[in-house]
Amino acid sequence: MADKQTRVTNDPFRKYDLTLAERLYLPAIMKGMAVTISYFFKKPITIQYPEEKAYVPHRWRGRHVLKRDEFGRERCVGCQMCELACPADAITIQAGEVPPERRHLHTTERYAVTYEIDMLRCIFCGMCEEACPEAAIFLTPFYEFAEDSREKLIYTKDMLTERIGGPILYKD
Amino acid sequence: MLKQVIDKEIAQQYDVDERDLYDLNLGPSHPATHGILENRVKLDGERIVKCESHIGYCHRSFEKLSEHYSYNQVLTITDRMNYVSSMANNIGWTLAAEKLLGIEVPKLVQYVRVIMLELNRIIDHLICTGVMGVDSGAYTGFLYFMEQRERAYDIIQKMTGARLTTTFGRVGGLDRPLYNEFKQDILEWLRPLPKVIKEFHTLLTRNRIFIERLRGVSEISEERALEFGFTGPNLRAAGVSYDVRKADPFSSYSDFDFDVPVGSTGDAYDRYMVRMVEMEESMKIIKQAIENLPDGPHHADVPEVYLPEKKHVYSSMESMIYHFKIIMHGIRPPVGEVYQAIEAPNGELGFYCVSDGGPNPYRLHFRSPCLYFYQSIEELLEGGLIADAIMTMSSINVIAGELER
Ligand code: SF4
Ligand code: SF4
Repeated sequence: MADKQTRVTNDPFRKYDLTLAERLYLPAIMKGMAVTISYFFKKPITIQYPEEKAYVPHRWRGRHVLKRDEFGRERCVGCQMCELACPADAITIQAGEVPPERRHLHTTERYAVTYEIDMLRCIFCGMCEEACPEAAIFLTPFYEFAEDSREKLIYTKDMLTERIGGPILYKD
Repeated sequence: MLKQVIDKEIAQQYDVDERDLYDLNLGPSHPATHGILENRVKLDGERIVKCESHIGYCHRSFEKLSEHYSYNQVLTITDRMNYVSSMANNIGWTLAAEKLLGIEVPKLVQYVRVIMLELNRIIDHLICTGVMGVDSGAYTGFLYFMEQRERAYDIIQKMTGARLTTTFGRVGGLDRPLYNEFKQDILEWLRPLPKVIKEFHTLLTRNRIFIERLRGVSEISEERALEFGFTGPNLRAAGVSYDVRKADPFSSYSDFDFDVPVGSTGDAYDRYMVRMVEMEESMKIIKQAIENLPDGPHHADVPEVYLPEKKHVYSSMESMIYHFKIIMHGIRPPVGEVYQAIEAPNGELGFYCVSDGGPNPYRLHFRSPCLYFYQSIEELLEGGLIADAIMTMSSINVIAGELER
């Protein structure tokens, strides 16, 4: 275990006997102040949050979106794989048959009648995105969705599904 | 009534006047404690006569909860253990699960894990040493370190998509391929770091006030530290050169050349110093790993464990079947048990897992280093000053999330 690479920090750091300069403390203050003052002239790194936004990468795992395909049809087929993969049990899906008059809005004859994500339970792990076999659900870099009541944070299918012609909210 | 009896007993035992005893609750939510830790101390003047520590305020029963999760879902739990360096926990768990399944991951994955583990070690030590500065009255250095930590979080964000709850990696590989500028980003991040550490040394290391606040505080001998089960920087500060990276190399650690700093008396100053030097060693490891970063796939070739690539799922039947099988039936390791330890920033982080062949772990135990440190806190605090208690707590770096799981 104690092989040749092991080094004991005995010497330089164990010298508790202070030198005269260190005992005087004044030189330490000077050196410390020099460091602090050098920072005084640096560009501040603070981000003024509401006006300025912090950097958020493309891969950020934030609010979900249910995608539509290129014909505007819902991609989700209500297979409930995301519900199964979710470690926080945040997703609730009721699947059903697509009624004939709405057939053009869906890719297959099954669809999610209701699709709810409880944003208060969700831990934004991205497992639902990974589990979906239809590329229907994605996590987006959007992260500002605080609300003043719990009910408002249970997102329904309407809120999650992409708007036709709306802003594009997906990653890949 | 009871209090008087206890007070009397303590007064007799420690030879103080019972009327002088004063009760103080350090914590559970006290600005100077790190996390939800409660220490009830009996003071005689400024001296701590007796200390009684309580844990359990942050217990979330992770081990039990994990028994209902699939092997990949457990990753989301490990994020929340040591929240200062969550990727270290993720890596530990994936290694444990891979050992159970008998998977050998490609070199690239091992190297990336090493890089991220060392990056997290640096973050953890930046916080710990910075906080030691704060607790001894030097706030400035902490802010300089926070800036570097923030820059590290940018890389972690790009890598995983989250800052703290990283859920990094999957059983059998990384969760996604590396992003393109990964190498440059890491090197860019490393560049100013030696200078900042040097500045921090200038501010604190040889500062008389700092030395006098730290030296001789909560000393622990080699034997006592081993008896308590100390690992990591705290054990090395006491003079034992034990490092899981050397003793039982995991994830290709044997490829790298680095030193293990060791202290001698195990006091707060040694713990500080060991951490400061360890950061430099970690930088060395990261540089070596980046230089030799191999090419290759980002996961092992284990279709029954690692989810197939998305574009294949949409097109090929075979991938589709594997995808469904992994999600619906889970990963089913053989019956057996494993223990996998990694050198997390705080010490030996172990995962003990028993499998009954089902999709969920049958029984789990997470060996978190903090629990073993915290056992000693009563002994370390007793006889010291109240101001030193704060120093002790920040120097052994107990993280409540990991302590109580
Ligand atoms: S991100 Fe994770 S927790 Fe949230 S809904 Fe998806 S699987 Fe569930
Ligand atoms: S989002 Fe995907 S996984 Fe979830 S029900 Fe719809 S198709 Fe299935």
